[in-house]
Amino acid sequence: MSAESTDRYPSGDQRLSLADISHGCGVSVDSILILVGEGVLQPRGRRQRDWVFGADDLARARCALRIQHDLGVNSAGAALAVELIEEMQRLRERVRVLERLAFRG
Amino acid sequence: MDFKDYYAVMGVERDATQDEIKRAYRRLARKYHPDVSKESGAEARFKAVGEAYEVLKDPEKRAAYDQLGTGWRDGQEFRPPPGWDAGFEFSGGGFSGSGQAGFSDFFESLFGGLGGARHGGFTRGARSSGRGEDHHSTVEVALEDAYHGATLPLQLRVPEYDANGRLSMHERRLQVKVPRGVINGKRIRLPGQGAKGVNGGKPGDLFLEIRLRPHSIYQVDGKHIYLNLPVAPWEAALGARIQVPTLGGRVDLNVPAGARSGQKLRLKGRGMPVPGESPGDQYVVVQIVTPPADSDEKREFYATMAERLAFNPRAHLGG
Repeated sequence: MSAESTDRYPSGDQRLSLADISHGCGVSVDSILILVGEGVLQPRGRRQRDWVFGADDLARARCALRIQHDLGVNSAGAALAVELIEEMQRLRERVRVLERLAFRG
Repeated sequence: MDFKDYYAVMGVERDATQDEIKRAYRRLARKYHPDVSKESGAEARFKAVGEAYEVLKDPEKRAAYDQLGTGWRDGQEFRPPPGWDAGFEFSGGGFSGSGQAGFSDFFESLFGGLGGARHGGFTRGARSSGRGEDHHSTVEVALEDAYHGATLPLQLRVPEYDANGRLSMHERRLQVKVPRGVINGKRIRLPGQGAKGVNGGKPGDLFLEIRLRPHSIYQVDGKHIYLNLPVAPWEAALGARIQVPTLGGRVDLNVPAGARSGQKLRLKGRGMPVPGESPGDQYVVVQIVTPPADSDEKREFYATMAERLAFNPRAHLGG
């Protein structure tokens, strides 16, 4: 594609397969199955071959894998960290909202 | 280039044991990990700590680094002395950096060219599968566009490797369809808009994280919207029907008699229309605003109120 081309947004498919998540994280499918086992990722669909993930799942998986890799924690520890990080983000967001409401008028 | 005092970065003595270095690394890595810390500069600190650990954890690299001597200060202009690494043999084991970015020039000048697995991030996936890497970016969206959905022009600076493996930045313009009801932190996928595939492989995807631009009157908490609503003292005391703005247009709101400042009134379903969920609510927060006493007549009126209402707002403080 040329440097100045303008691409149209293709008809968006927001669903990701197990292979998409594995590719997006640069790790094996087995590593992703471990994250599903820890509840970090909650695919829709009963059987593994029908599993469907969302774009947010990819971000969670990458976060869990980074933490696992960089901090030397196991998958259960990374799962806990991801939950706490998300909770922290929600609380930070709420504090920001409440401060603006209270002090800005 | 600047000298890096890896011992200072890690906060350990020069004679620290491998265990002490590992403990220091684990503690600092947790503290500054970019996923964990929102402190400004955390990512830079995390990288600096990772680089220091890369050297100090490896007995060969540490010995070579120690050989530079103790006469250097962190940040001092540095050039490696000729033949500084003579007599050292590096096994060049894979780098364990977390794949975000390269190490400093200082590191490169000392240990560059050892081992192969540098700059893993962008090419790793492509090598293994032929499919291009996914790319990740953020996009700022106005609240109104997020509420209604919109097609927005987006400019991205994308790193690309040419045929010789050189990295260059190029600019891409895209029209991005932002679906109705996206909220802060939501990610949207643009299939096939990531890096090109290798050897005829499919291109990767582009993932965009939505950041809502701060709004002049609304505050957004997840899918709920907050609005401060100024009301006159008599509207709060007697109750009033007031038109308030929402993202979907103005609606009538009943302010109940005896409303207090800070009281939240809910407009059900008037928040963000998140697909597949019940829509968010809009909370209207009552703010009682007093008219200024900026004329004799108004001051007199306030004095009459003080006399006639016999009101002590601090009764509960024992005053």
